[in-house]
Parts: sequence; structure tokens; C-alpha cells
Amino acid sequence: MESLMMILIGVLVAVGTYLVLSRNLIRVILGTAVLSHAVHLLILTMGGLKKGAVPLLSQSDGPFTDALPQALILTAIVISFATTAFLLVLAYRTYKTNGSDDLQELRGMPDE
Amino acid sequence: MNNLLVIPLIIPIITAVILVFLREQIVLQRIISIVTMIFISLISLLLLNLVQTEGIIRLDFSGWLPPFGILFVADSFSILLVLTANIITSICLLYAFSTIGERHEKMFFYPFVLFLIAGVNGSFLTGDIFNLFVCFEVMLLASYVLVALGGGRRQLRESLKYVLINVVASWMFLIALAFLYGTVKTLNMAHIAVRVAEAGQDPLLTTVAILLLIVFSLKAGLLLFFWLPGSYSVPPTVVQALFAALLTKVGIYALFRTFTLMFPLNQDVTHTIIGVMAGITLIAGCMGALSGRDIYTIATYNVIIGVGFILIGLAVGTEASITGAIYYLIHDMLAKALLFLLIGMMFYVSGESVVKKMSGLIQNYPLFGWIYFLVMLALAGIPPLSGFMGKVLIGQGAIEAGSYVLLALGFASSIIVLYSLLRIFLASFFGETTISFEDRKPIPKGAYWAFILLAATIVYAGVGAESLSIYVKDAAKTLMNPSIYIDAILKG
Repeated sequence: MESLMMILIGVLVAVGTYLVLSRNLIRVILGTAVLSHAVHLLILTMGGLKKGAVPLLSQSDGPFTDALPQALILTAIVISFATTAFLLVLAYRTYKTNGSDDLQELRGMPDE
Repeated sequence: MNNLLVIPLIIPIITAVILVFLREQIVLQRIISIVTMIFISLISLLLLNLVQTEGIIRLDFSGWLPPFGILFVADSFSILLVLTANIITSICLLYAFSTIGERHEKMFFYPFVLFLIAGVNGSFLTGDIFNLFVCFEVMLLASYVLVALGGGRRQLRESLKYVLINVVASWMFLIALAFLYGTVKTLNMAHIAVRVAEAGQDPLLTTVAILLLIVFSLKAGLLLFFWLPGSYSVPPTVVQALFAALLTKVGIYALFRTFTLMFPLNQDVTHTIIGVMAGITLIAGCMGALSGRDIYTIATYNVIIGVGFILIGLAVGTEASITGAIYYLIHDMLAKALLFLLIGMMFYVSGESVVKKMSGLIQNYPLFGWIYFLVMLALAGIPPLSGFMGKVLIGQGAIEAGSYVLLALGFASSIIVLYSLLRIFLASFFGETTISFEDRKPIPKGAYWAFILLAATIVYAGVGAESLSIYVKDAAKTLMNPSIYIDAILKG
């Protein structure tokens, strides 16, 4: 199961990297979103997939599954959600003021 | 008493949330934000002295003992930086009152500065590496907003790049954390240090260490500084000063923590890489500072040179050089904040940013000119100002360890710093003025006070180096002997 997850993460990273390297701003932002999903899965897999019982003391007497990766992922998801939302707004404003969503054209003029 | 430790994080956040509701009351916003910052500065001073008497202080949130819960740790190193950061922010706020303009003030400028400082303080104080990531993000989200606030064409364009770079860097931070957790099964920094020492630093852990090095280098502007000159030159002056003083320094702090506490074993690999990166950073920073034609370019490349110089201290890794690096880190925070405030004021009074188009500023603004002269001397490391102690001690450490290449690069860079800043001084401050004394644009009083206060701290950090030395020496001792830190956390 872990190997399957690692392959999935690899595919997601490849897709994300491809999108981040493109010239269109929206594709870059979607790329960062895909990359963050990949790393969330990576944390889950590195913490060990479900091995034992629910980590509640009165419910069972072990071995317990490590619940920490899920807490970490939850935090990371919230952060990446906020960042992506901000990025989308920023991209929209940049498109409105600069009149382009092509990163090649957003490089700036040497005389500025 | 331990609960004091959370105040530098929690008070700015609460105040910032309150300020959001006071959007129209600008005077009230100013009073509340400055009072908050002065209050936290005093608390940090209290904590600094408390650390000297009681040793390392820690606060376990909700009573979860380490290594299970998240905790805040104050040793001399982190609390010194918290204190410096808070003093600088207080003074920068003073400067902002008279310069930032109503438009910014009504668009939540003060709340975001407070969120920024909360993130910075949290990053310095946390003892849990995932919490470090979270505090980084708090700081970065505030900085994203501050860099884009105002919404000019060039500003939006550069802030977009700044945000994207940092999003990718945070992503790499998470990858490093995932592999670290998968390998050592803990996130408490002291516990990681113990586990790494038990297992020996095998190639996988060294790879994780290098991944963290890349992440923190991106934040600190060590070698990977290609984003820095663009994004540091677009926001308003006071934001530039805060960024130059605080943001890169948080990255440097994280590098020091990572490579003295958690991954100190494989120094042949990691510290050599840091040394090479610091050397190249110095060379590239000097080239940028020499070739820059406008004051903003020269100032931002000076930030990069400062980062390279501090990291020499870490790369060399003797007790003298680490002590020097801490001195220099404090000096660099103060001096870079002042430099950026002065540069911004030059642009404000002359309307020009190209060095050659300004002249004779010192005739109209004598005090302003001499304060610039003072910060120039401090950055070049002339005694008795604040840069001197750091340079001498880093140099001494480099000689002890036989790193003569880094030594030569470090001191050559001092000359370049002096040259690049002296060029501004000679061209822009001296010479014939084109504007008569009566027609000059007055410098706001608040800005003058900010300059004088920062200049006073620089002089104090130089002349009063002896009174700082108990704190700095204790900080260096803890960094050199990670067991002190580890025992305070896991055995206390």
C-alpha cells in the first residue's frame, strides 16, 4: 500500500511541477495546489498507514495508529488553503492592473 | 512565570484582531499598536534577564510534557532576537505614523505589522519544528499582504513572484518535515537532536538536513537570493525596513538552530556547503552592490552581503565565531532597519532614486546626513559602533579554524560595503544642492525620532558591547553545547 501511495505522490509532484513551470498564471497557482496535495499525502504515508486501532485509551488496548500525521496535515491544509486563496486574489489584481496573466510578460521592463 | 513566554506571540495577535474593528479610528490604531509593541519589548527584556537567572525557560502548552506537546523555549539566543525584533518594530511604527499615509492606515496596515511580528516572535520562540513551519506561515502571510498593499503595477507584479517563491519554499519545508518525521518519529527539536545523535547522522538524515538548508536559505537569502532585490524594493519604506531587519534574520535563526542543535554531526558535509554558499553569497552581493545605480539596489544587495557574513560564523563553527555571529546578527537587524528608513527618506525628499541625480542633501538636512554617515560606519565595522565586535570575533573564529578563504572574503566584503555606501554619501549628500534651504521638503518629526532612536541603539550595541556580552556569551554557550538545551527540555 505504501508503494502505491508513493507512486501516486510521484505522479502528483510531476503534474504539479509541470503546471508550476508553465507561463500561465492560473496554471502555476493550480500547480502549487497540486504540489501541496502531494506533500500532504507524503506526510500521511511517512507517518505509516493504518496499522492498529483507533488511538483512544478506553476503546482498545493497542497497538494504536499514529494520529499525529493527520493533525499535521490538517494544519497544512488550512495554511495552503489560505495561501492559495490569497494567491488567486493577488493574481486577479495583477491581471487587472498589468493587463496580462502571462509570466513572461510580467518580468518587467529593464528601464523601470 | 513561564506563561510570560507566550505573550510575544499572543498579544500582537489579539491586538491585531481588535484593530481590524477600529478601521476608521486611525489615532486609536496608532496608540494601541505602539503601546502593544513597547509592552512586548519590556516583557522580552524581563524574559531575557529571567533566562540569565533561571536558565532556559520553557512553556508546555496545555501541560503536555515534551516530547509530546508543542512547547515554547526561551534561551538567550532566541530571546535576544525577540527583544531586538520588537524594539525595531516599535521604532519602525514611530516612523510609519508620519510617513505611511492614511490610505495604508485604513487598509489594515497596523494589524498586519502586528501579525508579522507575532509570526517572527513565534518562530524565534518555538521548540517544535512543525510549529516553526506554522509560525513561518503566519509571518509570511502577513508579509505577502504588506508587500502587495498599495497595489501599484510594479508592486503587484513583484509581490506575485515573492509569494510564489515562498509557497514553493514552504512546500519543500513540508517535504523535509515528512521525511524527518518518517525517520525519527518526533517533531520536538530537542528530541530530534537526541534521536539523530543516537542513530548517527546517516545519509538520509543528512539529505533531510540539506533540504532544510535549501528551505531556510531561500528565506534567509543565502545564495538563493534571486527574488530578494525585486520584492524588497517595491513596498513602502517602513515595510522594506521591517523586511530587511526581520524576515531574512528569521531564516538565519532557523539555520543556526538546525545546524547547531539538530544536525551538528555531519559537519564535513553540511558546514562545508554552508561555507561555500556564504562565500558565493558574499561575492554575488558585492557585485550587485558595486554595479547598482540606484539607492534601493545598493541597499538590498547590502542585505545579502550581511547574510553571507553572518553565515561565515556558522560555517566556521568555533565558539568565538558563533559569538561574533550573534553580535553581528543583532547589529545587522538594527543597522539594516535604519539604512532602509534613511534610503526611503532620501527618495521622499528628493523624488529620485538614482544616486547621481541627487546632490547636496546634507546642506538642507544636516542631522539626516550625519546619521547616514553613522550607519555607514557601523555597517563597515568601524569601532566603537555595533558592527565592530561581530566582525572581530567572526574573524578570530575563522583564523582559529583556518578558514582563510572565508576570512578574506568576509573582510573584502566590508570594504565593498563601505565603498558602495560611501558612493551614495559622496554623490548624494555632498556637492551643490539644487534646492534652496527654504524650498526643501521638511522631514517629518516622527521620522527624525525614529532615526535618532535607531542610531542610539546602534551606538549602544557598539559602545555597550560589554553589557550585552553576558547575554551573547550565554547564547553562544548554549548553541555550542546543545546538551544544555536538550537537558533543559527533556529532563527539566
